[in-house]
Amino acid sequence: MDFELNDDERSLQEGIRSFLTGRCTIDVVRSNEETGGALDRALWQELGAVGVFSLRADGFGMTESVLAFEELGRSLVAGPLVASHLAATRMPAAANGSRIVGLIEPSEPVNIAEHLASLDDLVVVRPEGLFVVNPAEVVGVHAERPLDALTPITAVSHLPQGELIADAATAHIWHRDGMVLTAALQLGLCLASIDLAKQYAMQREQFGRPIGSFQAVKHLLADMLTKAEVTRAAVYAAAVNIDGRGDSTDLMQTARMAKMLAGDSALFCGKAGIQVHGGMGFTWEVDAQRYWKRACVLDTHFGNSDEHAAAFSAAL
Amino acid sequence: MDLQFTDAENSFRLKLRDWLSSVIPQLPHEPHRNDWIGRREYDSMWQRMLFDAGFAGINWPREYGGLGATPTEHLIFLEETERARAPYVGQNFVGLLHAGPTLITEASAEQKAFHLPAILKGEHIWCQGFSEPGAGSDLASLSCRAIRDGDDYVINGQKIWTSFGHTADYCEMLVRTDTDVPKHRGITWLIVPMGLPGMDVRPLRTLEGSTEFCEVFFDEVRVPVANRVGDENDGWRVAMVTLSFERGTAFVSEMLQSMELARDLAQLAKRITRNGVTAWDDAGLRRDIGRICAELDALWALTKRNISQAQRTGLVGPGGNVFKLAYAELRTRLGELAMHLLDRASLSIDDIGDLPTHAHVHGRIHALSLGIAAGTSQVQRNIVAERILGLPKER
Ligand SMILES: Cc1cc2nc3c(=O)[nH]c(=O)nc-3n(C[C@H](O)[C@H](O)[C@H](O)COP(=O)(O)OP(=O)(O)OC[C@H]3O[C@@H](n4cnc5c(N)ncnc54)[C@H](O)[C@@H]3O)c2cc1C
Repeated sequence: MDFELNDDERSLQEGIRSFLTGRCTIDVVRSNEETGGALDRALWQELGAVGVFSLRADGFGMTESVLAFEELGRSLVAGPLVASHLAATRMPAAANGSRIVGLIEPSEPVNIAEHLASLDDLVVVRPEGLFVVNPAEVVGVHAERPLDALTPITAVSHLPQGELIADAATAHIWHRDGMVLTAALQLGLCLASIDLAKQYAMQREQFGRPIGSFQAVKHLLADMLTKAEVTRAAVYAAAVNIDGRGDSTDLMQTARMAKMLAGDSALFCGKAGIQVHGGMGFTWEVDAQRYWKRACVLDTHFGNSDEHAAAFSAAL
Repeated sequence: MDLQFTDAENSFRLKLRDWLSSVIPQLPHEPHRNDWIGRREYDSMWQRMLFDAGFAGINWPREYGGLGATPTEHLIFLEETERARAPYVGQNFVGLLHAGPTLITEASAEQKAFHLPAILKGEHIWCQGFSEPGAGSDLASLSCRAIRDGDDYVINGQKIWTSFGHTADYCEMLVRTDTDVPKHRGITWLIVPMGLPGMDVRPLRTLEGSTEFCEVFFDEVRVPVANRVGDENDGWRVAMVTLSFERGTAFVSEMLQSMELARDLAQLAKRITRNGVTAWDDAGLRRDIGRICAELDALWALTKRNISQAQRTGLVGPGGNVFKLAYAELRTRLGELAMHLLDRASLSIDDIGDLPTHAHVHGRIHALSLGIAAGTSQVQRNIVAERILGLPKER
């Protein structure tokens, strides 16, 4: 057993990180708010060229993929990253980023689609299989104020049945892998929240000293990091299991563990990050709120943490 | 101890209820949430209606045009207005609950005669210019400078988080008048008319996209010395006087709203169906809602204890300090539970489908500010630990 990144894994993660810190700065991400969250196709193709969608189509595993997705989450990259990655093994245009492929798992009581206006293809994940739909044929009401300005949403009133492209077993695997990849994005959000809050705590002064020197603030940050590190272990374990190098064969159960932990941790780190910033945290300007809002969005992908906690107990 | 209202209190309630039921149905529609001028007019209109009916300044002394009501009657007033879905105090908040009470105890006769009636009638809107970029939790370190020049103070510096700064007529403002003494002793309390030459008010956007608070910049702004309340350099004490007006009623309207929201959530859970069962079929969810509703009821009981204490002694005891901490935490849990129940629908700030998304998502966001505004939860905990329990200070 050696549950630590090897050199190849580390350099892959560093490669993605250095691409993102150069190309996907927080200013670039933020500028999308002015265009109503419309996705930038040029950027999408660059992401494709770096390989974030095609990793597994190119022979890498879930382990490498979560390392890449952790970085995408950290950089707050918006859009159907998980969907395009899942689709890459069947749709070459998804793999290189030339087509933006989204997915929807029909939800009750309202069915919410994301980024509909930016999508080229929409995959509907139903228990009985995967279906491809032309996004232009989806009817719905565009929400004027999405919670996350970078994740435009539509309340879908009519979703065509679409064309069957894969069976129930594949749909099940998409759901499971989607959970783990999303959990990696959430892990990245935790880390970004911590970085930002830590920087602020070191630089902001009240009562003549950095606020990070107050135990109340230290403990908030320590709780954030504790949650993030437990989450990291859970996400990596779920990924390694999927790659067949794990300690459990119940891949669904470990995926649930990861998604549940990551959902709760990202929400916690998001709100704690706002708290550390005081009044500044309540402004639009400061990014702390962006991490929290994205955490709210991702918690609803592939089942929220309550759902996974309940499902986890069902297997006991 | 008893929780029953007296006959006099009950008849006050009935009189108020009668009046509310006659006027509420005739109110115009509320303006759009970001129409701050429209909202100001609406809030002022409501305040004027209260004034004309003899219900303005419920907690103000009679000699200044108020009702001189007891804290319990204030509670009844807030209960009845909430029950009738009457407008909130809105932009009159600072004038009625903060600046006004400060003027009542500290201002000169001329200042009172000019300002108090205008606040009661809804003619003047006030804002609060206390916080600065460098002075939040450590308010006493404020540095916005006022230098005496003849009959004026000349102000240079900046305020931040000034709620309703863009619609207000007056600002209750703390300025630095002496830099050579311990920080609490060089502060002065001023009445500053908004819109003076050299003042620049810039709205700030909250994380919900609303522009309810502002930054206010001062460049050589001249304010007459006659606008000072209390002595020069005695402003910290003047500002703290308002705290003694805290009668345990500050969160009554919010509490009632939260209790209703939590009960609405239970009803919502009964009608949200997923995979053929209602959300209410989930015992875990029922337990969470039950726990939150019961805890809210307990906080409501604490509210009544705090009010009773204020009524007897004029001061709210330890209950007042713990209330905000407990409430901020509970309101956060309520918001988080609602978001989980709404699940995908919680990704819209406005109502979506036929779901009451806005109340819950806005409520969740509001809870984020409860742990920050008017003293952060960390600072509140320090106060509870140091002032109530008497533990040694960290610094
Ligand atoms: C919605 C809203 C409306 C507001 N309206 C007004 C208004 O109308 N007028 C006005 O004057 N102000 C207003 N405020 C400002 C508010 O009072 C301040 O935001 C608050 O006092 C915190 O100050 P700060 O933002 O500078 O945070 P900071 O004091 O910088 O706090 C940052 C972090 O450090 C922590 N911290 C600071 N000191 C300590 C300590 N000693 N021990 C432990 N932890 C500490 C805090 O808990 C917080 O987590 C408003 C704020 C909000 C959010």
